[in-house]
Amino acid sequence: MTEIRLPSSLDGIEPVQSVRTPIRMEYTFTPGVAAQTYLRAFGNKKILGNVSPVDGAILVPPRGADPRHGVLCEEFVEMSHTGHVGSYCVTNVPIPGRDLDLPYISAWIFLDGADIGFLNLVAECPPEKCRIGMRVEAVWKPDEEIGMTAENILYWRPTGEPDIPFEAAGVRGWHARKAGGENA
Amino acid sequence: MESNERLSAPLVLEYPFTRTTGPVIGAFFTGLREKIVLGIKRQDGTVLVPPTEYDPETSETLTEMVEVGQVGQITTWTWVQEPRDQSPWDAPHALAMIKLEGADTPLLHAVLVDSPESLEVGMNVRIKWREETEGHIKDIEGFIPVEETND
Repeated sequence: MTEIRLPSSLDGIEPVQSVRTPIRMEYTFTPGVAAQTYLRAFGNKKILGNVSPVDGAILVPPRGADPRHGVLCEEFVEMSHTGHVGSYCVTNVPIPGRDLDLPYISAWIFLDGADIGFLNLVAECPPEKCRIGMRVEAVWKPDEEIGMTAENILYWRPTGEPDIPFEAAGVRGWHARKAGGENA
Repeated sequence: MESNERLSAPLVLEYPFTRTTGPVIGAFFTGLREKIVLGIKRQDGTVLVPPTEYDPETSETLTEMVEVGQVGQITTWTWVQEPRDQSPWDAPHALAMIKLEGADTPLLHAVLVDSPESLEVGMNVRIKWREETEGHIKDIEGFIPVEETND
């Protein structure tokens, strides 16, 4: 590394090596039509998806559009509260702002019938037992604490049912259906 | 929950970054902690404040850090009547480019005066240090006019 020459007034002074630069942004979040519809239903323990008018793909959570085709999605469909793990990550290192007990599992949850997944926690499952294709179900907060918030579902836990085949789990299923045409 | 009122909620994004400074910015902050200001010398002898690791025009590696003065001239300024919540300053103040003695480039900082009437390009200002310094740009509370500090 290049030697930096300092003025003698800093001789023997402990150098600064890092600086704290916290950033904080305060927004007022106003959900759009699709997210509002989703949140109102979610406040009643219902999970909604959007149906793509192009190929019938079910997108959860609904965003009001199919980003693959740039078309509006106006049809909603109620989803089941069970699905499978499409892929997952075990976190062993704490990060600021997350006070979860370590290790914890973050997973892409694919609800039954959904064509895309969403990120959520998996618990009641030792990390070494977690696997792609594992069937899971939602664990909701107590009814009196349910609101229009993503925090309604505490985590997902294994149902104990047989796994989805690896080839059909997560986005692999998506690609398999696309390649295979009608065998969705 | 069945209401059709528009939904809305506060959303706060917060990143508790700690950045490593590298040898040059680190030395600059070390200087601030010791209540001196360091620049870095270019090949043509001019001095950049704040210092950079590379010459912004020739891309040459720069290595010679030098101390510059604590008094400088305002080269341009703007007035902030209503600082935002997260501004380091609560009271109305100026933001100014200040060229310190011995420096050839200006530094952006606040000038702490009561009204924009007392400001002009070319006026001399000096650093007002915080009592406790930690190696951060905020070690400089701001700049104040030189005339008012002859005590």
